[in-house]
Amino acid sequence: MAMNTSIGATLHAPASRRRRLPADASIFLVLVAIALIFEALGWIFAGQSFLMNPQRLMVIILQVSVIGIISVGVTQVIITGGIDLSSGSLVGLTAMMAASFAQTSDFARAVYPAFTDMPVIVPVLVGLCVGLIAGFINGSLIAYTGIPPFIATLGMMVTARGFAKWYTHGQPVSMLSDSYAWIGSTGMPVIIFLITALIFHIALRYTRYGKFTYAIGANRQAARVSGINVSRHLVTVYSIAGLLAGLAGVVTSARAVSGQAGMGANYELDAIAAAVIGGVSLSGGVGRITGTVIGTVILGVMTSGFTFLRIDAYYQEMVKGVIIVVAVIVDQYRQSKRGRA
Amino acid sequence: MSSQTVTNAAPSDASTLPAYLLEVEGVRKTFPGVVALDNVGFRLRPGSVHALMGENGAGKSTLMKIIAGVFAPDHGDFRMKGREIRLKSPLEALENGIAMIHQELNLMPFMTVAENIWIRREPKMGLGFIDHAEMRRRTQALFDQLSIDIDPEIEVRRLSIASRQMIEIAKAVSFNSDILIMDEPTSALTEKEVDHLFRIIRELKAAGKGIVYITHKMNELFEIADEVSVFRDGKYIGTELSTNVTRDDIIRMMVGREITQMFPKETVPIGETVLSVRDLSLKGVFHNVSFDVRAGEILGVAGLVGSGRSNVAETIFGVTPATSGTISIKGKPLVIDSPKTAMAHGMAFLTEDRKDTGCFLVLNVLENMQMAVLSQQFVTGGFVAQNSASRACEDMCEALRVKTPDLYERIENLSGGNQQKVLIGRWLLTKPRILILDEPTRGIDVGAKAEIHRLISRLAGDGVAVIMISSEMPEVLGMSDRVMVMHEGRLTGIVDREDADQVTIMDLASR
Repeated sequence: MAMNTSIGATLHAPASRRRRLPADASIFLVLVAIALIFEALGWIFAGQSFLMNPQRLMVIILQVSVIGIISVGVTQVIITGGIDLSSGSLVGLTAMMAASFAQTSDFARAVYPAFTDMPVIVPVLVGLCVGLIAGFINGSLIAYTGIPPFIATLGMMVTARGFAKWYTHGQPVSMLSDSYAWIGSTGMPVIIFLITALIFHIALRYTRYGKFTYAIGANRQAARVSGINVSRHLVTVYSIAGLLAGLAGVVTSARAVSGQAGMGANYELDAIAAAVIGGVSLSGGVGRITGTVIGTVILGVMTSGFTFLRIDAYYQEMVKGVIIVVAVIVDQYRQSKRGRA
Repeated sequence: MSSQTVTNAAPSDASTLPAYLLEVEGVRKTFPGVVALDNVGFRLRPGSVHALMGENGAGKSTLMKIIAGVFAPDHGDFRMKGREIRLKSPLEALENGIAMIHQELNLMPFMTVAENIWIRREPKMGLGFIDHAEMRRRTQALFDQLSIDIDPEIEVRRLSIASRQMIEIAKAVSFNSDILIMDEPTSALTEKEVDHLFRIIRELKAAGKGIVYITHKMNELFEIADEVSVFRDGKYIGTELSTNVTRDDIIRMMVGREITQMFPKETVPIGETVLSVRDLSLKGVFHNVSFDVRAGEILGVAGLVGSGRSNVAETIFGVTPATSGTISIKGKPLVIDSPKTAMAHGMAFLTEDRKDTGCFLVLNVLENMQMAVLSQQFVTGGFVAQNSASRACEDMCEALRVKTPDLYERIENLSGGNQQKVLIGRWLLTKPRILILDEPTRGIDVGAKAEIHRLISRLAGDGVAVIMISSEMPEVLGMSDRVMVMHEGRLTGIVDREDADQVTIMDLASR
């Protein structure tokens, strides 16, 4: 038993404590590297700096802030071991519905002539509620019928897009109030994105909601045996993802000062890509909001950098696809190395 | 030792049939940390049924998987009809005339019966197209020979487990195998289906095949087997003619080991009844189970795998709520519909499978340990009081002597014993009054085992009612105040510590 006394002591032995890099250090370095590559290419091919341009940096973040808002929700879904394909369509649907309650009475052909000139809170709440309900339906289907998240959210993706088109028979919803447009004005989408990210960063790290989210993704059966109401929790997580898609829909329509049924097309894929690049594991249980935010910015830097270098949009997509796959390969390699350690 | 692969299983001399179809000698197989088979031998006569018996983990399935080419042995000699063979894959085994029917069936549910049987060997019409008519004809002929009545064109997923079993057997026969290995083939069959299976086995025997029959059921042994070999703890114990032995002889061979380990069981005052279970049933799994557990008592639960012991535990804890019966705690009947409810009533449940239902492998020690207690403590307004929770986990790690660099190590990097301690710690943090442990020491080293035994004893001393399920007889006998035995979904007896011995319990477990 002499051996055993030393075992307890090792818990506090400082020598055995390994140095750990912050979890997102490596992905942050990738971001820096990509930015520096564009900086170098900028001087070589365009004769100017890529980074020393505050306006461009602003645009980079602005461009990806809507994707960023969605990906905060998608990240949480992926951490539970699920997937959400419906977020892009929900942006379209909520953009339409929110916008239809934000029209001014100057417009003769408003969707709801009786509901023009509403206070700005009304369209915002409509957008958020529609997103929340759609997310709630996703979550309930997944938790209580047992169909895979891929199928449930694929169904929602198609249905919501159809709903958005039916809503005005494809007509855009325009002539929105100035107060609504303010939500999408310069800087606002970025602020909304960062606040959203901060709230859910805190939620995932410091609340029981967060702990349970990781537990379900790491081992659903063990989570249940540990007394977690897995079904109810999944409904909550998908509802939050829907709510955030609704928020993104409000921001998108406010920024464009109109609602269009095609808004948010393929955003779900960019949001998933941002999360995966940021180190969120598709097998569940692993991932952080900080990583997702960096992943989102990487997507933005790439788009902006390619445009800056006047590279064709075709090549942009090709390179983006490759980077997503490489990110997952690197992630798997890291995981397996850790498993062996 | 020469290693040669026989590709054509042609008998060396047709006039003198060898005395043994298969001779195996000196087989050793180790898995990380365990010697599964230690210098084991086995011989199979043609035209006979040879039963293999032994407790869980005795090594019988491992030996058969080696013979069928599933596992590679560390060493050993294998002779088939007198010729040296060395099988490197199940396919090679099949080509050499050895077919194994696994416990877990390997049929493709969305393919037809005929397609499943002739897969990779489909009759062709030329141009690579499959001759379906010929395939159906061959299947029908095969089924006629074995008097199986199944439509060859039906998809396998529409068939019962018993029918699938028959198809597996027909498939094995279609290879013209000389040796058929059946691993507990009757575990999912009704009595009538068992009769049919036995008829087929007798026909195969009459055709000169050698059949290895792994079973836990004593009555089957006397009904179908000619010889029986017994294994225990990875060692070969002996072979007897089934007409020469009694049930008691076999049980003695299966369990006859000395208890060399010392168990730190302390005598503690037994309190009042805490948990009381009456006529508890889970439809199709176990029936009418009734027992009591008292404060400070350790109730051991014995029984073979599949006897329903783990299912009873899962039902009491609300993982699979009961279909009938009552569970009362301190005399109050309760409806336990989920683990959350069970926990609210002071229960804790260490599951059998550490990897599948215990650990959050990708999370660290701290998260793994605190996950259950967060439903009851350390949370205000949704926020986790991480400092207090971490301190509690740290203290628990020290008390249980968990060997880990720190609380932030991923649990998958810990040894099995330390993982188990973390999981036990998870439940102790919830301060349970009733602790259910399913195989608390499976797959962990001797040192950690002793520590866990000591801990269980101490918990009982503190007045916790402990239910301990275990496949290890010495553990059950050494730790329990009473032993409850299950067999095929029924409680077959509850034995007091003084009356409990290996023979009594094995007898109840195979009744």
